[in-house]
Formats: sequence, structure tokens, C-alpha cells
Amino acid sequence: MDKLITVSPSPHVYGDDTVKKLMYGVIWALLPAFLVSVYFFGIGAIIITAVSVISCVALEYLIKKYLMKTAPSISDGSALVTGVLLAFNLPANLPWWIIVTGALVSIGVGKMSFGGLGNNPFNPALVGRVFLQISFPVQMTSWPQPILSRLQYADATTGATPLAIVKEGLDAGVPVSRLLEQIPGYMDLFIGRMPGSMGEISAIALLAGGIYMLIRKIITWHIPFSILLSVSVLTGIFWLVNPYDNADPLFHLLAGGLMLGAIFMATDYVTSPMTPKGMWIYGTGIGLITVAIRVYGAYPEGVSFAILIMNAFVPLINKYVKPERFGEEVKNG
Amino acid sequence: MIKTFPKGGVHPEENKFSAGSPIKVLPLPEAVVIPVSQHIGAPAEPIVSKGDKVKTGQLIAKSKGYVSANIHSSVTGTVAKVEKMMGSSGYKQLAISITVTGDEWAEGIDTGTTFNGNIDATSAGIIQKTMDAGVVGLGGAAFPSHIKLSVPKGKKADILIINGVECEPCLCSDHRLMLEKGSEILAGTQLIMKALNVTKAIIGIENNKPNAIKHLESLIRFFEGTGVAVLEVKYPQGGEKQLIKALLNREVPSGGLPVDVGTVVHNVGTAFAVYEAVQKNKPLIERVVTVTGKNIKEPSNFLVRIGTPVADLIEAAGGLPEDTGKILNGGPMMGKALHTIDVPVTKGTSGIVVIPSDESARKPVLNCIRCTKCVTVCPMGLEPYLLQAATEKKAWELVENERVLDCMECGSCSYICPSGRQLLDYIRLGKSTVNKIIRSRKQ
Repeated sequence: MDKLITVSPSPHVYGDDTVKKLMYGVIWALLPAFLVSVYFFGIGAIIITAVSVISCVALEYLIKKYLMKTAPSISDGSALVTGVLLAFNLPANLPWWIIVTGALVSIGVGKMSFGGLGNNPFNPALVGRVFLQISFPVQMTSWPQPILSRLQYADATTGATPLAIVKEGLDAGVPVSRLLEQIPGYMDLFIGRMPGSMGEISAIALLAGGIYMLIRKIITWHIPFSILLSVSVLTGIFWLVNPYDNADPLFHLLAGGLMLGAIFMATDYVTSPMTPKGMWIYGTGIGLITVAIRVYGAYPEGVSFAILIMNAFVPLINKYVKPERFGEEVKNG
Repeated sequence: MIKTFPKGGVHPEENKFSAGSPIKVLPLPEAVVIPVSQHIGAPAEPIVSKGDKVKTGQLIAKSKGYVSANIHSSVTGTVAKVEKMMGSSGYKQLAISITVTGDEWAEGIDTGTTFNGNIDATSAGIIQKTMDAGVVGLGGAAFPSHIKLSVPKGKKADILIINGVECEPCLCSDHRLMLEKGSEILAGTQLIMKALNVTKAIIGIENNKPNAIKHLESLIRFFEGTGVAVLEVKYPQGGEKQLIKALLNREVPSGGLPVDVGTVVHNVGTAFAVYEAVQKNKPLIERVVTVTGKNIKEPSNFLVRIGTPVADLIEAAGGLPEDTGKILNGGPMMGKALHTIDVPVTKGTSGIVVIPSDESARKPVLNCIRCTKCVTVCPMGLEPYLLQAATEKKAWELVENERVLDCMECGSCSYICPSGRQLLDYIRLGKSTVNKIIRSRKQ
């Protein structure tokens, strides 16, 4: 035998999954929600997604090449995912320079300053979004009306989100039944006919993406399910105790960014726990903090903050919550 | 009902190319090289020297101590050398090479193929004959079988498990043996039951071998106390602990043995070897070896004399393909890559798998993205990503506390990792270092 052969330790075969395939899987899962957004917000949705994606990918490339001086590896698709998710978290009429600022914070501060993919403790898209929310509160809370503004970008007709209407009304002492008359019906909320961040509006499209990711085993059910369950239970308790001053659980599930947060933002691999039990703790925490902010906090919406807060607990959860070991407790049937 | 183990596992492409090829007897080679250490435990001690004439089945190296095994000549011929020679591990090891002159069997061995299902031997007799015949576990680990034929004092076993899972991709030697030597395997099973003094035995088979399941199911009524259980196809179901969990829903405690939960596991090949040792007085000098691969012309299952060069097997299966990247001793998940084909088949060789070059290189290594897939697939409930990182940082205490010693090196974590990280490489390093630390602590 005169040929060189490879000698390496086992295993000698590998599965099909690659980082790239998983990331592009997420992109496919985001497609239905993107299409719904284009239908409702028209040109604005396309512009902000394009600006966000281009700036995120370009920034990652530039930072890798000129600051970290490593081979740029934007082809893994992670910057693309961050770009789309950041856009999904922004109003569809946001000026382009604010989006670029958000991308800089997402990629530069949220991701690359920690060493790039796999090392960031916080969800990069949410770091960018929350930075913008605090720095540009006016622009970040002017929501274009669905359908009406399909052909406008900067000068779109705006309106308040259902969450904001209910929050402000309740703070002013208006009963919840009267407030619900001022917002779109639950079917509209389910489909996505409401003002809100570009990608968060359509529960059904986001759920479809979630099911796709579950089937392709990109995510497991634990995180989305525990978030939605804890939000339903807690708001359910409030509602049952005082239906006069509290919106029902279905409203909380359909309004705002809960679906986007639960299915796409909280399930980010890098910033979520490693074990099913840990995921339950993390997801439940996100649900409880979200409700606390929505009901008692200064903002009408709290999903982003809740996820970032629980991101910070992930290292702790990973340290103390261990998988069920084989043979730890002798279980003999 | 189809059973399986609940935690972890993967399903690699099965690629059982040789499942339909009946076992063929490989012609005798010109010379054999028989290492004296083909088993776990102390190497056997050679009792022949250069120039001696030996017969097929004659004892040539004597087991040294309890955890050791006898070695017999697999051919008739003249001892050419007793010295260190290249083995499949990549290291030189003491071996006996014999120039083949014929195939005259030593006295007292029944070389006929007539089935003999009458069990006359006593429990002690079965153990003695198994030990004399140098039988070791043929599933891959090559642990001397006589030790697993008696239940240690203070322990109790109530059921025997015969492992016909063959969860490794590509390998078919156990499958073919079950199809062609079903009665012998079941008689061997009854011998092991008698030695262990248990009344029940289950043969676990994955349902990608329906013909073997059907065949053995048709035979079990002639063999009291035996049964067949059908298992879902999932790797590493052939791992002892996983198989026990799947069949009996009992969990072997960490650091414990199957007998701690009242069972003993033997491979189907071992059951056959025990049958031959006890009923035919035949030492373990040959075994079934699968030779396969995507580019192998005739994927085959050969009955091979121990000590035959791997090169002869590959030649008999159509020769080494033009496009060869890697040659494995064993299956793709747990087999060892060979650096040359001029090494002998040993008792533990279940298959030779030839992998094309485009599939032999490893994937580029990327950052861990904490996708949790390695934790999900680990059948022992470990966190491979963490063991890897802790090993890299030489945090040995953490590595030990995270139960690195529970790892059985099935490779599911490295298999599934989307970042191409070689988790098992690090875990092996962690294991051996922690073992060293534990040994030094005891001194």
C-alpha cells in the first residue's frame, strides 16, 4: 500500500447538521412572518430588513477582517439571522441611520466584542433593539398603521400598539372592556393586522415558523412552551381575580412581541440554557418578568428586557442545573 | 412492543451493505500473526518457541492470571517468530507468527458442523471449558468471557441478555451469525444460563434485521427460557447499559456493573463461541468478520482464522478501492483507524470498514454555539460541551465531578456537533487524566 491514509480517533462518520444549515433553517422559519409584514407594512418592511441585514453582515465582515484580523466567516449565516431579527424588532418606518446604529450595537457590542458567534452572553439583536429603544424612544415607538402605509416609508401614518392602548387606558382608570373595543379584534391580532414592530405582528406566521423549526429539530419545545405557559398562567390569575382591570391571557399572548420573543429571540442557542430543566427555568422566568413589566412596569411591553435579564442568568442555570444522569438514582422497574 | 432506551442516542446511516452476503470461509493465509494480548487484562504467556510445529487449535500461549485468556494456534504450521510485531493498535506487541503448512486439528476437537443441543456439562464445567478455549467477548471489548459466566459472591442475577443489537453502521457479522447459526447461538445461550444459574434469557435485536428476528423467534420454542425482544434502530443500543435499560428498564448505577442490577450481557458471537467451546471442544481460533465500505466491490462476511492479515480480507472482498481514505478496524462510530493493512485479525475484530477519501477528513472546527445537541444525544446524560471546555482548560476536578468516567466513548456527541468539534477527543483525554489522578490518589 503506497497511498497515504487518514488515521484519526472515532467516530468516523458525522451527522448532516452544520452551523450554516441551522442558521439558514432559522431564516426559512422567519420567511412567513416576513411575508406577512411585507403585506401589512409594504415598502417599509423591505427597506428596514435590507438595511439591517446589509449593515449586520457588513459590520461583522469588517470587524473580523480589520479589528480581529481573522478570516471573515460571514457565510455561517449568523449575522444574517441577527440582521433579520433586529429588523423584526423595529418599527417599519425607522430612519435608516438609526437602523445602522442598532446594527453596530448588535454586532459590534452585542456579539463581536465578546469574541463572535458562540461567546456572547446576550442576544445580539435584542442588545441592539434595547439600545435603540432607550436612545431613540420617540422613533422607536411610532408604529406605522398596517395596510394604510404600504407605499410610505418615512412619512407613514402611525398609531399606538394594542399593548400601549391598554396600558395607558388602565393607568388612567378605564375598564379593560372599553379599551378592548379600541383595538383590533383577536382574529386581527392573530393574523397580524395591528401596529407594532415589523416582524412581531403575526402570531400565526411566527407559530408556523416555530413548528418548522421544531420539525427540523433546530429548536426544542421547552423554551417557547414554558414562556407562553407562564404568561398565560400569570395573566390568567390576574384576570380571574380582577377581570375589570386586567386583560385576558389570550390578549397577552397575541399582542406585542411575545410570539416573536418566545419562538425566535429566547431560543437563540448561544444565550439560552443547555438542559431541558434549565430551559424551563429560563422560559418561566422570561414569562414572569414579561408580565411583571407589562402589568407593573413603565413600558407597555417587556419581552426584550425579560429575555435579556434571563440571558444573564444562563451561566448560573448551566452551572447548577444538570441533565438527568444515567444511573445516578437506581431506578429498577 | 418495540423497545429502546429513553435517553439520547443518534441514528447514523445504517449502510449494512453486506447484510445479504452469507458467511464465506476465507482460505487459509500463508502465515498468521497471533498477538498474545487480544483481550482486556494480562497478556497470555507464549509456551511455544521458534521452530515448533503446532496444530490447529493447539494452545500456544497460556492465560496469565484470572483476567486473561488462552491463545490457540489458528492453523497448522511452524512457529516462525515469537517477538514484537505490529498490531492493529499501531504499537508493536508480542505475537507469535506461524508459517502455515496445513490444517490438521489438535486431538479432541469436533470439527463437524452437526448441531449438538444436549447440555451435559455442569456449571463449573461450562466455565472451565470456556476459559480453556480462550473465549472473550466478541462484541468488541474482548473481555475474557469466563469471568462473566459466574455471578460474584453477594450479587444475584435473574436474567441473561444476549446482545444481537449490532447498532454500529456497516457491520453485519452478528446479523449473519444469527441467521446461519441460530440454534448454536441459542444452545450457547442455554449454556451461559446454566453457568450463571438463571432461568431466563432475552436476545435483543434491532428491527433492521427482521429476518434474524423471525429466524430466532421460530427457534426459541426448542430452547427453554429463551426469548427474543425487538428493539428500535438507535445507536448506541448495543452498549451494555443502554441495552439493559431498553430491555429491563433497569439502570446500571454509575461505576457499577450489569450484575448490580441482576443481569449479565453477552454478545451473540460470544454465545456461539461458548457453544463451540463446550459442545465441540473447539477453542476460539476463528470468527466472523464483515469487510465492507461504499467502494468495496463485494461487501462480505468472512469466517476468518485469527491472525490472518487484514490485507487478505480486503483482497477477498475485491481489493482495496482506488479511492481509499481510511481503513477501520471495527465500525464507523467506535472502530479504530488502521495505519496499515498488514496487521492481523484478532478475537475482537468484528469488521473492516473502508471509507472513501472525501468522507475521511474531519470537518473544520468552529466555535461552540451551545445548540445543546451534544447534551441531547448523550446516552449517559453528560454535557460533552462542558467536558470538552473543562478538559481544554485542564480543570480536572471539574472534569471528574462532571462524571467524565461515565462516558463510554460512543461518539454520539462528536457525530452530532454542527460546529465539527471533536468533543470525544477531549473527553478521552479528560478520562485518562482523571483516571491517572484517581490512581495517584490511592497510592
